[in-house]
Amino acid sequence: MALSIPKEILEQLRAHGEQTYPHECCGVLVGQFDEAGGKTVESAIACGNTRTDSPANRYHISPAELTRIQRESMLAGRDIVGFYHSHPDWPAKWSSTDLDEAHWTGCSYVITSVEKGKAVLTNSFLLVGDEQSKHFEDEDIEAK
Amino acid sequence: MPIKVLIPTPLRPYAGKQSIVEVSAQTVGEALSSLVAQHPDLRKHLFSEDGKLRSFVNVYLNDEDIRYLAKDATPAKETDTITIVPSVAGGV
Repeated sequence: MALSIPKEILEQLRAHGEQTYPHECCGVLVGQFDEAGGKTVESAIACGNTRTDSPANRYHISPAELTRIQRESMLAGRDIVGFYHSHPDWPAKWSSTDLDEAHWTGCSYVITSVEKGKAVLTNSFLLVGDEQSKHFEDEDIEAK
Repeated sequence: MPIKVLIPTPLRPYAGKQSIVEVSAQTVGEALSSLVAQHPDLRKHLFSEDGKLRSFVNVYLNDEDIRYLAKDATPAKETDTITIVPSVAGGV
């Protein structure tokens, strides 16, 4: 299973991380699940980071914004398939905070490292399990 | 016409794989009770052992967070949509 994403959308979310540097960016990936469990991203919706108290190392998407995105996506026959955020001057791998705060099992969490203002690596992690057993698994990104 | 409850992807395995569940209720609390009655496996994912909504579970009536309305007692009518959204956050 992999996360399939158009190249221009991948570049869009990486650019978002450069725009908000040295703060974290965040957004929602909307698309389709296939029957085998893979996901195709059709759009990336940039969100504001509500963690204005610590924006350089924390992110939080407003639930009101998430609610609107979820409702509009479902009405259009699409789904939230994942989320993205950036790690300013930090590796593109999940942190313990990322795991603690992750609750969307089956969705992708895409992380871009931004070093000195420049997007470097982008990796995707699939959240697996329930609240007691949850963990991230590495997930391939297929940029098309 | 019943109230629509939108189910987020992580909770659909516990809701018969449905993305929308329809319930009849007068309040948001009744709607959630009806939802859990239809799909008992959802209960532990929505509520803690003391029966309160889990801290990371947000429930919206249309565009309003029920925590800032009357919580469970928030009146709901047939044209309303209830959306369940787990929080999204993290950081290094």
